[in-house]
Amino acid sequence: MREAVMKVFRGTDSGSGEFKTYKVPIEEGMVVLDAIHYIQGYLDPELAVRWNCKAAKCGSCSAEVNGHPALMCKSRMDHFPEGQEITVEPIKTFPLVKDLVTDVSWNYEVNKKIPAFKPSENADWTFMQEDIERVQEFRKCIECFLCQNVCHVLRDHDRKDVFYGPRFFVRMAGLEMHPLDTENRAGILKDQAGLGYCNITKCCTEVCPEEIHITDNAIIPLKERVVDEFYDPVAKLFKTIFGKKK
Amino acid sequence: MANYEVHEYDVLVVGAGGAGLRAAIEASSMGVTVGLVCKSLLGKAHTVMAEGGVAAALANVDEQDGWETHFCDTMNGGKMMNNWRMAQLHAQEAPDRVRELERWGAVFDRTKDGKILQRAFGGHKWKRLCHVGDRTGLEMIRTLQDRGVHQGITVYMECAITRLLKDGNKVSGAFGYFREDGRYVLFKAKAIVLATGGVGKSFPVTSNSWEYTGDGHALAYDAGAQLIDMEFVQFHPTGMVWPPGVRGILVTEGVRGEGGILRNSKGERFMFKYLPEATRNDYAETEEEAKIWVDAAIRGEKTQARRPPELSTRDNVARSIYLEVKAGRGSPHGGVFLDISYQDPDRVKKKLPSMYHQFKELADVDITQQPMEVGPTMHYIMGGVRVDADTAESQVPGLFAAGEVSGGMHGGNRLGGNSLSDLIVFGRRAGAGAAEYAKKHTAAPSIVDDQIKAAIDEMEAPFNRKDGKNPYELQRKMHEIMSTYVGIFREENDLKKGISLLEALKEEIKQVSISGTKTYNPGWHMCRDLRNMIICSEAIARSALSRTESRGAHSRLDYTETDPEQQKSNTAIFQDGDSMKLEKTPTPVMPEELKKLFVKKEPANA
Ligand SMILES: Cc1cc2nc3c(=O)[nH]c(=O)nc-3n(C[C@H](O)[C@H](O)[C@H](O)COP(=O)(O)OP(=O)(O)OC[C@H]3O[C@@H](n4cnc5c(N)ncnc54)[C@H](O)[C@@H]3O)c2cc1C
Ligand code: SF4
Ligand code: SF4
Ligand code: FES
Repeated sequence: MREAVMKVFRGTDSGSGEFKTYKVPIEEGMVVLDAIHYIQGYLDPELAVRWNCKAAKCGSCSAEVNGHPALMCKSRMDHFPEGQEITVEPIKTFPLVKDLVTDVSWNYEVNKKIPAFKPSENADWTFMQEDIERVQEFRKCIECFLCQNVCHVLRDHDRKDVFYGPRFFVRMAGLEMHPLDTENRAGILKDQAGLGYCNITKCCTEVCPEEIHITDNAIIPLKERVVDEFYDPVAKLFKTIFGKKK
Repeated sequence: MANYEVHEYDVLVVGAGGAGLRAAIEASSMGVTVGLVCKSLLGKAHTVMAEGGVAAALANVDEQDGWETHFCDTMNGGKMMNNWRMAQLHAQEAPDRVRELERWGAVFDRTKDGKILQRAFGGHKWKRLCHVGDRTGLEMIRTLQDRGVHQGITVYMECAITRLLKDGNKVSGAFGYFREDGRYVLFKAKAIVLATGGVGKSFPVTSNSWEYTGDGHALAYDAGAQLIDMEFVQFHPTGMVWPPGVRGILVTEGVRGEGGILRNSKGERFMFKYLPEATRNDYAETEEEAKIWVDAAIRGEKTQARRPPELSTRDNVARSIYLEVKAGRGSPHGGVFLDISYQDPDRVKKKLPSMYHQFKELADVDITQQPMEVGPTMHYIMGGVRVDADTAESQVPGLFAAGEVSGGMHGGNRLGGNSLSDLIVFGRRAGAGAAEYAKKHTAAPSIVDDQIKAAIDEMEAPFNRKDGKNPYELQRKMHEIMSTYVGIFREENDLKKGISLLEALKEEIKQVSISGTKTYNPGWHMCRDLRNMIICSEAIARSALSRTESRGAHSRLDYTETDPEQQKSNTAIFQDGDSMKLEKTPTPVMPEELKKLFVKKEPANA
């Protein structure tokens, strides 16, 4: 039987961690999460990992596989050269809980601060597919937080105090571009959310498993909106007369 | 005694899927305090995985639709075992609940005139499933999650409830632990809503995640509630069968709703020959007629043609696939072929994007070019906690249940799309019922120390047993038993054998042990989950043994016919001392005005 050699990070927030090596039999079409489950089921019942759907739909199983941020349930073992060790470690931007599990609760706190959907009161609730294509793209987000994990503002500079991160720009873009929304989030985007810290490196877009065009479709239009609102008096005047959007 | 933290709420909701979130939103809007607990992170509950759509008779696409037809379809699909009142409320209220989601920010796919688009699904007479491509559940859970967060509901994530506490005959609280660090927690509550979902993890091949260990079923059972209809376990006809790692993962019925064709290895479109006599007239007679229906559906036009045979109900399609494979006409990996590749690739990718990616990435199959291989997978349990239809209250005062954990709504077989609608209709009702109850019972709940001590001891025990059983090994044993003896086709001797093996396993589970610490220790969690799984497994097996007929999702090899007499009673399971008891209770009888809906123009619908 063919075997894969898995190097899996083991550790908790209290002490330093280390990689442990496990040998896992390979089945056709196996993904990294299957290998982790094999380790749990046969070698080490204490190995901590988050997962739910095993079908790239819930965004629970984010990790760094051979240094690459990815969903474990979507990472095929046969995409790695045979015989090569596969390393699996937790995502880096959030504090470690244990093994492959990190504390992502900061994201849930950020989400609470985003002003809710506020539909116009006299809406008749008909709108066309063309008008929501973009919004639907943003609403595909499965909250895997891989984009948060790679964004240098969070990962390298740890500016969780001033920056909401790409996931929440996607969320705000989905609200702002809803044809019936009337809330104005430009001020928040500029100030609390720290949109200005993003320098469009596109690292977030590259790792998004849902293939959301985070930078081009969400962040850049939001930046334009902030500019219109705060730095362009003509556009602003135009808006106060003709309504917020469109 | 180990330490534990304490929180107090008027209403505690256990579970943050569609049902739990909707319940919490409703209760909190009625001015009571609400706490919400879930085993995973918020937004990761099973509801997020729902694909095909939510059923509601909005009549946006087929204007003939109405709640009466939806009601009849649901009852017929459930083989008349359903609690008629639940099915009625569900059909009547689903449209408002869906519109409400839209008002809260859900963005459904649109018709040409800008309304919510609806697609066809098995057993639904008209195009009825509101959807967002094939990620409807994600849309629903995100919408409810954001709504709940903005209402200020406190959420306890990665927290598992292990016991319900009682003060006399009423519930008074719940005890559990946080997965993160194993610390214990007590929630005092006047009313508790169970919304914990299903039991799939008792089976090896399932579309369900690790969470589905039947916790709510077992908690309710332990607290003295009844579980009804537990013999009715839905095997979804189309799960992935290859490669091994993805075995059981769901292929949405939306594929068939969009025109997907089932064929065996001989290329035969076998579903034509498996249509039950009673409903044959509702389905196309020839491939040509089915094609006319599909073409019209794609163009959004009306047609006289009837729907394709692949849209028969799930129980029937699952059995048919099983029989084809058994007869040696299966695909290379023991399934059959499901084909949508004859359609325009761009349309397939647009309508079924996550199916396209799922097959491409996990199975190296391009569904726009080749057929998929599919076979039955354990998917859903119709059985669950017996509740009052209007308030969702169980027989234990102060204990409510909604969503997959509750029983009665779907009877002998659930129609696709009727779960998501069930969640929002009865989630709302359970939230309201619990809030009303909490307002009436103003006294603070009192907690008995002994109950807490017992709950803590139970959790500590696996660490103290040396050289006990490995929890994962015991789960594998349970899988073996359930798939061998309590599967899609059942028989008296098998079931008896299964029950005796489960009883032996129950003893082994008492010897389960684990090492390490309480910090995020999945093996430890599994030690406790096993107890819930074995209760549900045993309830399923005993109920199945007691129903000596074939009906809906319950198929007996030794009793292949449907017996009209047995429609008259539901199977009820409850605890009596240390043992599991079974009783037949009368199926609620529909009032005359609802009965008339069936004789008039509605052909039975299978
Ligand atoms: C792959 C898939 C696709 C589906 N597609 C459709 C579809 O298209 N249409 C449709 O109508 N239905 C569909 N279904 C069925 C439907 O999704 C489920 O029946 C439904 O989502 C269940 O919702 P729920 O609110 O009852 O439970 P869930 O959404 O499963 O939520 C259960 C909650 O309870 C929590 N919980 C469980 N035990 C405990 C405990 N001990 N302590 C604390 N919390 C606990 C969990 O953490 C979770 O938050 C599908 C199911 C699957 C698996
Ligand atoms: S584009 Fe902006 S948000 Fe995305 S990773 Fe780069 S800096 Fe971060
Ligand atoms: S935007 Fe993409 S990468 Fe970011 S959380 Fe959502 S799905 Fe994940
Ligand atoms: S387990 Fe759900 S995304 Fe991987």
